[in-house]
Amino acid sequence: MPTATIPAPPLLDSLPEGSVEVVEGLDQPTWIVRRDALAQVARQLRDDPETQFDLLLDLCGVDYPDRDERFEAVYHLYSLPRAARLRLKVPVLEDDPVLPSLIDVWTAADWFEREAWDMFGLRFEGHPNLRRILTHEAFQGHPLRKDYDPARRWILTEDKIYKPNPQPTGSESVDDMFERMTINIGPSHPAMHGTFRVVATLDGEVIVASEVEIGYLHRCFEKMAETHTWQQVIPYTDRLNYCSSFINNVAYCRTVEKLMGIEAPPRAVWAQMILSEFSRIMDHCVCNGSTLVDTGALTNFWYMFQPREEIYGLLEACCGARLTVSACRIGGLLEDLPPDFEARCRHLLETVPEFIDDVDKVVTKNRIWLDRSVGVAAISAEEAVDHGWTGPCLRASGVDYDVRRAYPYDLYGEVDFEVPVFQGGDVFDRYRMRMEEIHQSLSIIRQLLDRGMPDGPYIVDDPHVALPPKEDAYNQMEAMIYHFKLIMDGIQVPPGELYHMVEGANGELGFYVISDGSGKPYRIKVRPPCFPIMASFSHLMQGGTISDAIATLGGLNIIAGELER
Amino acid sequence: MSVALAAMLAKIGLWVAVLLAVTPVMAWVERRGSAMIQDRLGPNRVGPLGLLQALADAVKFLFKEDLTPSAADKPLYYLAPALAVVPALTTFVVLPFGPEIEVGGETVKLLVADVESGVLLFLALASLGVYTLVLAGYSSNNKYSLLGSVRAAAQMISYELALTLSVVAALVPVGSFRLDEVVLYQVEGTWLGFLPHWNVFPQFLGFLIFLVAAFAETNRLPFDLPEAESELVAGYHTEYSSMKFALFFMGEYMAMATLSALAATLFFGGWHFPGIDYTGHWAIVALKGFSVLFAKVAAFMLLFVWVRWTFPRFRFDQLLRLGWKVLLPLAILNLVVIAALTIGGVL
Repeated sequence: MPTATIPAPPLLDSLPEGSVEVVEGLDQPTWIVRRDALAQVARQLRDDPETQFDLLLDLCGVDYPDRDERFEAVYHLYSLPRAARLRLKVPVLEDDPVLPSLIDVWTAADWFEREAWDMFGLRFEGHPNLRRILTHEAFQGHPLRKDYDPARRWILTEDKIYKPNPQPTGSESVDDMFERMTINIGPSHPAMHGTFRVVATLDGEVIVASEVEIGYLHRCFEKMAETHTWQQVIPYTDRLNYCSSFINNVAYCRTVEKLMGIEAPPRAVWAQMILSEFSRIMDHCVCNGSTLVDTGALTNFWYMFQPREEIYGLLEACCGARLTVSACRIGGLLEDLPPDFEARCRHLLETVPEFIDDVDKVVTKNRIWLDRSVGVAAISAEEAVDHGWTGPCLRASGVDYDVRRAYPYDLYGEVDFEVPVFQGGDVFDRYRMRMEEIHQSLSIIRQLLDRGMPDGPYIVDDPHVALPPKEDAYNQMEAMIYHFKLIMDGIQVPPGELYHMVEGANGELGFYVISDGSGKPYRIKVRPPCFPIMASFSHLMQGGTISDAIATLGGLNIIAGELER
Repeated sequence: MSVALAAMLAKIGLWVAVLLAVTPVMAWVERRGSAMIQDRLGPNRVGPLGLLQALADAVKFLFKEDLTPSAADKPLYYLAPALAVVPALTTFVVLPFGPEIEVGGETVKLLVADVESGVLLFLALASLGVYTLVLAGYSSNNKYSLLGSVRAAAQMISYELALTLSVVAALVPVGSFRLDEVVLYQVEGTWLGFLPHWNVFPQFLGFLIFLVAAFAETNRLPFDLPEAESELVAGYHTEYSSMKFALFFMGEYMAMATLSALAATLFFGGWHFPGIDYTGHWAIVALKGFSVLFAKVAAFMLLFVWVRWTFPRFRFDQLLRLGWKVLLPLAILNLVVIAALTIGGVL
C-alpha cells in the first residue's frame, strides 16, 4: 500500500470548532469538512499565509448509497506557493444535498459545481447559473448516482430548453440594443475544433457578452468506467485528450498501479516516458497548427502536422494503433518494444525539429501574426490561477507549475529539462510556450535514449496483474486459469482511493479513483485540464473581436473529448 | 466585313477566352502551388499532372444542388453572383496588349475600347465589385454573410482610395488617362541608361501601395476578411452553392487577373519588354505583345498564390488602420512627390 508523501497542511486554529476532521489519505492529506463550515474553511485555506491553497484543481461528487450521508463532494486543492495538496470531503444527506457554492473563493468552482449538480444532483447554494452542463436540458435524473440505470433512455427535444442570450452587465439604453447582434459560433463552425458552442452578443465585431455551451460530446466516460473492469477502462482513456492519448493511458495506469502498490518495470517506464513526450510534441503541434490555421496561416498547419504524422509511425510500430493507442497496461506495456525502437526515436529527433523550425521561421516574427497574437486574450497569473488553469497556458501567464517538476514521477527527477515560463499570458506566449516545450520534450527524449533502453520485462511479472503469454495460456493449466480470471473478473484492486496526476499536454491531468475491491472501479473522476480553461473563455473574450475569439480558442488547446468526457 | 470590325471581334473574343480560361488554370496553379509550398502533392489524378482537375471541378459545380435559403432576398441573391463576373470581364476592354499594328492598310490599336478616360473607366468598373459582396451578404439573410459583407464594404472603400491615388501618381508623368499612352511612355528611353523606362523604378513606393491595395481589393490573404473561413465560415458566400458559388470563385480569379494586368501596364511597361523587336508582320507583333503582357500577369498571379499561402490574416481593425493610417498618407505623399518631380522636369 502506498503511503502519503505529500505533507499535511497545518490545521488552522482559526477554524470553527469541530468543523474539520483530519483523516489519513493514501496519497494526500484529507479533511472531512462539515457542510456549514465549508465556505469559511475554503476561504481561510485560500487566504491564510500558512496554507495558501490558491488553486482549485477539481471538484466532484461521489455517491455512497449505503451511508447515512449519501453524497460526498470532493475538492482537490493545490497551493502554488507551498506546493501542498489537500483533499476536502464534504458529506451531505440525500434529502438535503445542498452545499455552499465556492464560486466566490475560487472562480474555477463555476463549471465544476455545475457538473456536480448535473451528475449527482448536488445543489450549490449561491451559484448564479446552476444549470446542467454535460447532459441535455431535458435530461432527467442525475446519471452518476449509483441508482441511475445506465440503460435508461430519454427523448430529448429542443422545446422548453434554455436559450442562451448573453447580455452585458451594466445599464444600457434601448437604442444600444438595436445595434447588437447575437451570433451562434458553433457547435458546427470551422474554428470550433470539436463541438462546442459560443453564443456571443456583438456590437459590430466586438463581443460584449458571451456564453459557452458544452456537452455535445459527452459520452458518460465516468459512468461507463463503473461498469467495466479496471483494464477495460484503458481504451476509454484514449478518447479523453485524443491528440495525446498515450499520456492519458499512462496517467490512468499509474494511478491504478499506485493504488495497488505495484510498480511498472524500468523498461516500461522508460518507454512510457519517451512515448509520452512524443505525444506531448504531437499535441503541441496540433494546438499550434490549429491556432495558426485559425488566423489564416494554413501552410503552417501542414508543417506542424508532418511531425505528428511521423510520430504516429512510431506509435503504430509500438502498438499497431495511431490515434487511440491503448498501448499501456496496468503494470507496464501492451507488448515489448519493436527492435528498431531506438533507431526510430533517433530518426524522429532529427526530423521533428526541422518542421518546427520551418514554422518558427515563417511565422514567429511575422508582423501580422504578432499583431494578431500579442496582447490578445491576455490573462494575468492571479486570474489564471483563480480560474483553475494549469499546464502550458498557466505557464504562459508566468506561473512556474509543471507536475513533472513539482512532483517528479517516473524518471523526470533524473533528466535535465527546463520549465519555460513566459509572462504575457496572451495568445502569442501560449504559442511560444508550446514551441519551447517541444524543444524541451525533444531534449528529455534525447537524454532518455542516451541512458539506453533498460533490459528486463515490459510488464510486471505478476500473474494477478499481467496476462500470461499466449503460448503459456494455451499450454499450461495455471497460465490458462490466470488468463481466464483476468479476462473475466479483471484485476483485483484493493479498496481505497487515490488521486494521481501527470503533466498532460494541456495541463495537470489527474485521475481520482475509488476502489471498493469489487474488481470494477467504484468511481473514476478525471481532472480534465481544459475544463477550467474553457470555463474562463467567456471571460477571456470580453471586449475582444470575433477574430480574437477564434485566434484564442485554438491556443487554449480545448479538446472536446477531454472537456466533456 | 471590314478589317476594323473583324479586329474588334477578334480582340473581344481573345479577352473573353483568356478570362474564362483564367479560373480553371488558376485553380490548378493555386492548388498545385499551395501543395508545393505545403509539402503535399495536390491534385494529380485527373489528367496529366492533374491538369484536368479544374474540368472535374467545373462538372462537380454544375451538378451540385443549387440551394436558395427560403428567407433570402431572391432577386438580389441571384444578381450578386452575376455581378461578380461581369465587371471583372468588362474591365479588360481598356487594357492594351500590343503596339499599334497595320492590318490590311488600316491601323488597329490592340485594345478593345479606345476611350479617352481609359483608367477612369477601369476603376469605375472595378469598384462595382464591392456591390457583389455587399449584395451577396445582405441578401443571404445569414448573420455570418452579413458580417462578411460589412467587412467587405469597409475594406473595399478604404483600400480603393490608396489604390486610386497610386494609379493617379503613375499617370502624372504620362499626362493621360489612356492606358496605351501610359505604355508608350514606358517604352521610350531608359532610366539611368540601363533600366527600362518602366514606372516601377521611379515609383517603387507607389507600386508597393498599389500591390497591397490590390491584395485587399481582391480579398486575398492576408486580406481575405470578407471570407475569413475560420471566423465567418465562408463570409459573404456562406449560403451559396453550386454554380453560383463557382461564379464568385471565377470573379475572384478574374479580379486578380484584372488587377495584375493593370499593375503590369501601369508599372511594368505593359506589353513592352526590353530587347524584343516589335516590328514585322502584324500577327507576330500582336502575339509578342500579348505574350509579354500575359507573362507579366502570370508572374503577378503566382505572387498572389505565394503570398496567400505564406501569411496569416489581419484582424479587421488592423486592416482598416493599415488602410487609413498608413497606406492613404503614403499614397498622398507619393502623389505629391511624383507631381513635384514631374513639374520639376525630373520625370
